[in-house]
Amino acid sequence: MSLANIFNIAGSAMSAQTIRLNTTASNMANADSVSSSVGETYRARKPVFELQAPSLEQVTDTDTGLVPGQGVHVAGIVESQAPLRTAYEPSHPLADEKGYVHYPNVNVVEEMADMISASRSFQINAEIMNTAKQMVQRALTLGQ
Amino acid sequence: MAISFDKALGIHEDAIGLRSKRAEVIANNIANADTPNFQARDIDFKSVLQGVQGAQQNQAPLKMVNTNATHQDAVIHPDYAAELLFRTPTQPSVDGNTVDVQEEMARYTENALGYQASFDFINRKFKGLSSAIKGN
Repeated sequence: MSLANIFNIAGSAMSAQTIRLNTTASNMANADSVSSSVGETYRARKPVFELQAPSLEQVTDTDTGLVPGQGVHVAGIVESQAPLRTAYEPSHPLADEKGYVHYPNVNVVEEMADMISASRSFQINAEIMNTAKQMVQRALTLGQ
Repeated sequence: MAISFDKALGIHEDAIGLRSKRAEVIANNIANADTPNFQARDIDFKSVLQGVQGAQQNQAPLKMVNTNATHQDAVIHPDYAAELLFRTPTQPSVDGNTVDVQEEMARYTENALGYQASFDFINRKFKGLSSAIKGN
């Protein structure tokens, strides 16, 4: 039943947006986690979204007919390759022998925009689910 | 006189099925609003409904030829395959995504209302049939 699929689709989107919110939270929390070496420094993390392919049964089930995809799938989480921010702070306890500390490549403004976008998308998908729920509930009252 | 459900329910039985399929397609568009390179899709409601009705009136729907016994009829149902169209974006985005969430939301809501309308018609038909049977 197509309407029941909407719950999976909107659910997958909500879960993907939650992952996006989680990575944003992690990036924001670590925005000032300094370290003395480039390798140890925290790098901004971003989830990679992709269209979730329909399952084999859905594709071969002729009744399903229209299968554009089945929601969102998080393909993975990648670390940003943007350059780290290096600051000359010889008095810093974590400064290296030359007096430099490395700050994460987290762009707080970008993260805020990402957070708002993720939260809006989450709300919209919750709304989609709500409407689908009303449609299913309606279908159940047929003949009453 | 026998009661024919097909005749009693008319177009709305097909319409309600199509409405729920279209809701799925649009929900998938909105779910993938942040997916790079995702292309928004939709069905041409009118032509699919005409196709379904044509099939009911014994006009054979488009069918693939099986040249081998192991061939499947179709990966996507031939009635609808041509109808699942790609949208033309009003404003192309950098990541290749063609979903306009506001527009999709409007279509989804409109589609849900169409579903309710068709549902109400069917419901009333059933109520009519049931009162005809009971005679009150």
